[in-house]
Amino acid sequence: MSKHRDVTQERRLVQCLLIAGVALFLAIFLVLPLVIVFVEAFRNGVRTYFEALTDPESLAAIRLTLLVAAIAVPANLLFGIAASWAIAKFDFHGKSVLNTLIDLPFSVSPVISGLIYVLLFGAQGVLGPWLEAHGVQIIFAVPGIVLATIFVTFPFVARELIPLMQQQGAREEEMALSLGASGFKTFLLVTLPNIKWGLLYGVLLCNARAMGEFGAVSVVSGHIRGVTNTMPLHVEILYNEYSFAAAFAVASLLAMLALITLVMKSLLEWRFGAELAARKRHP
Amino acid sequence: MDLRIVNLVKAFDRFPALHGVSLDIRSGELVALLGPSGSGKTTLLRLIAGLEFPTSGEIWFGNENASALSVRARNIGFVFQSYALFRHMTVLDNIAFGLKVRPMASRPAKSAIRKRALDLLELVQLPGIAERFPSQLSGGQRQRVALARALAIEPRVLLLDEPFGALDAQVRRDLRRWLREIHDQTGHTTVFVTHDQEEALELADRIVVMSSGRIEQIGNPDEVYDEPASAFVYGFIGDSSSLPVAVEDDAVMLEGRRLGLHGNGCRAGQAVLCFRPQDVEFVTSSEAVAGRVKTVRRVLNVRRAELEVGRARHTVEIDLGQDVEARRGTELSFRPRRFKLFPLDQQGT
Repeated sequence: MSKHRDVTQERRLVQCLLIAGVALFLAIFLVLPLVIVFVEAFRNGVRTYFEALTDPESLAAIRLTLLVAAIAVPANLLFGIAASWAIAKFDFHGKSVLNTLIDLPFSVSPVISGLIYVLLFGAQGVLGPWLEAHGVQIIFAVPGIVLATIFVTFPFVARELIPLMQQQGAREEEMALSLGASGFKTFLLVTLPNIKWGLLYGVLLCNARAMGEFGAVSVVSGHIRGVTNTMPLHVEILYNEYSFAAAFAVASLLAMLALITLVMKSLLEWRFGAELAARKRHP
Repeated sequence: MDLRIVNLVKAFDRFPALHGVSLDIRSGELVALLGPSGSGKTTLLRLIAGLEFPTSGEIWFGNENASALSVRARNIGFVFQSYALFRHMTVLDNIAFGLKVRPMASRPAKSAIRKRALDLLELVQLPGIAERFPSQLSGGQRQRVALARALAIEPRVLLLDEPFGALDAQVRRDLRRWLREIHDQTGHTTVFVTHDQEEALELADRIVVMSSGRIEQIGNPDEVYDEPASAFVYGFIGDSSSLPVAVEDDAVMLEGRRLGLHGNGCRAGQAVLCFRPQDVEFVTSSEAVAGRVKTVRRVLNVRRAELEVGRARHTVEIDLGQDVEARRGTELSFRPRRFKLFPLDQQGT
């Protein structure tokens, strides 16, 4: 460290105290719980761990979670691109309203997000009788879980892309069109390559949330074992039945998903950050 | 390709940007749209390109009414001030883009596209950078690549929006000369937007001076400089000063005093007297513009004095010869050798 301190730097002692405070806080609230998940999962040995995971009900929960993510993430990918395209590249009336609406799922409690679908599609709901008459079941079935998950996760991709697209402006698109490219080719050859890292980042966050969502899904799922239980719901059920080892085993999968997401996110930030810096050099 | 613009009106959210602009551009001409920011010059360029559509009026490319054609169908070459190069593509891919995206039927063979792109790089004097990315180029190089990309599609008209606006002074001067050479070689009808009078005067065959969404004057560089059609053009192009005067019996009066200048047929009444700092002669007669020196500054090759004139303390600028002694407070009397009078109501003030 140089003799002359940076004007915005605190004194050494203050620095140490602050860093120690943050480290302690992180250890208690984040690292310790994470460690406990794995410790508890393996408490009764590796065999019990894998038995808990290969239990038919657990497998069904894993399958359902993957299925829901496989539908919700691509849906939000398309929606996110469309919404950010509309907001960043066009001027229209009600643009700010749309922009605010996209954030709605972040500001509403997940339980409410689930409840609105019950009120809309449930047996006592607005569309319930009509759906029942036509033999369509949404609530307490897979479609309801997918809908709730899409609702809760739909800001992730759009929120990531809107600032990026706004910053990039529409110049390159105008250029491509003036050079004779069709709208589709312009999107494919110019827009998409410019947003690919941001898009991947948004999809990653969206996926993590889609697999981990509890509140909204809990309301619409009905907790039918082996049928409408996702992994987070399954963890809760196992835990309530005092099957701690099994509960933590399934939980450890979710924890691993979180860790993988974190690592990929860091990798992307590293990669994406370099691109952002390059963009500033080349406006 | 002749370009004809007929009575073009453009309003953004009821805010008018162009009020009925008409303009004929001959094939092969290099035309500058010159004006301050907000004069509507960029709007006019974007309308010609098809990046905006007019509220009313028509745009003709030769015998074809292009008013309703999309930017894609107009086949124009556009160059932005910010280059807008595709940052994830190499220089070669950037230049080849317009050819690569053509429908199968009209797309040249891969090798032909590559050859054409390399030829264009040669034309813009940047051989050997084909595989680089835009972020690895200097501003001047990027703008050359942007022009090569626009030329690749054999555009009917070349449109440049402040092409050198983001570059430093030395590079600008070089590129100006270079653009003129390219234009003379390729002969494209070219329209460029600039707020830099020097650029317009040096580069253009004809200059369209714009202000507040209207055309103030169209003429070759000598015409707009020597024969400005309005006080605005006089003030905008080249250095000039103006004084509010009255014309009576063909004599020019300032605050009731004769200035020893003829009205040259200017209608009697209130008028604006415009002249350039270098076009003055110092006189001893009392029939002259009399003022007190406020400051003397060095402006490159001349000394320029700022004078306060009359009771209203109008500020005018005049150049001092080497033999004229002047410092703060010196009284000087002069007459413009060359000047123009613009009757006031013509200015709309």
